[in-house]
Amino acid sequence: MENLTQAIQGVPLNHYILLSIIVFAIGVVGVLIRRNAIVIFMSVELMLNAVNLLLIAFSVHHNDPSGQVFVFFIMALAAAEVAIGLAIIVMIYRNINSTDVNILNKLKW
Amino acid sequence: MSISLFYFVAFLTIFFALLVIFSKNPVHSVLYLIVTFFTFTLHYIMLNAQFLAIVNFIVYMGAIMVLFLFVLMLLNLNEGSIGSKSNLLKMVGVIAGMCLIITLVGSLRALDTSDPLVLQTQDLGLVKNLGKVLFSKFLLPFEISSILLLSAMIGAVLLAKKDIKQV
Repeated sequence: MENLTQAIQGVPLNHYILLSIIVFAIGVVGVLIRRNAIVIFMSVELMLNAVNLLLIAFSVHHNDPSGQVFVFFIMALAAAEVAIGLAIIVMIYRNINSTDVNILNKLKW
Repeated sequence: MSISLFYFVAFLTIFFALLVIFSKNPVHSVLYLIVTFFTFTLHYIMLNAQFLAIVNFIVYMGAIMVLFLFVLMLLNLNEGSIGSKSNLLKMVGVIAGMCLIITLVGSLRALDTSDPLVLQTQDLGLVKNLGKVLFSKFLLPFEISSILLLSAMIGAVLLAKKDIKQV
């Protein structure tokens, strides 16, 4: 473990920010280009994780444990969000027999 | 061990994240997402956030992924049962994502070049240290999050159960 934590000694903070930006953007692209509601949901999880990584990197940078506590709360929130979201998807599937978001266009003008 | 370990894991993260959104079969997407979360766990270990690495491992790779796989099996969505968006819309989506990256990276470059990340105290992310903060400074949010989880459980049961027959 000591050896492993030596690995980050020297990685610039900017590279962590860059990695988080790229993963977040991949999540955004996933929401934009997919039609399956479950895959859209997974992309949202990717975005949440990108933000978690950024918070932990900043927490280490500033030597402040509050950032890691925030990540803990985000994880609790994500668990609740996934449970509710998947319940909604199951309900939608029961009503329209598909999870295609293009069928759900009643609010579209 | 060297710095290159970080870049290798970062490359794996981006690679599997791309596979998540571009694979046709939703089951494959879930499996790639599990690998992506595992690479995030590796990042947390390298940052010496051991508590969060374990929580990430248990909550994301254990609970959330099982939930996703379970719902996919329940709904029996096969490959091709849902069509994909037209190529034009896909291109527009990818270009929009690129624009987001360019905007954020541009604002990042306005900053000075950053110092290397240095772990100042070794026990920053250990359970002992985080527990002290969590149960002193963040006690109220911690208790409120338990109410959140309870309400989420009740809501999920209410939403997912079949309607009671109308009399």
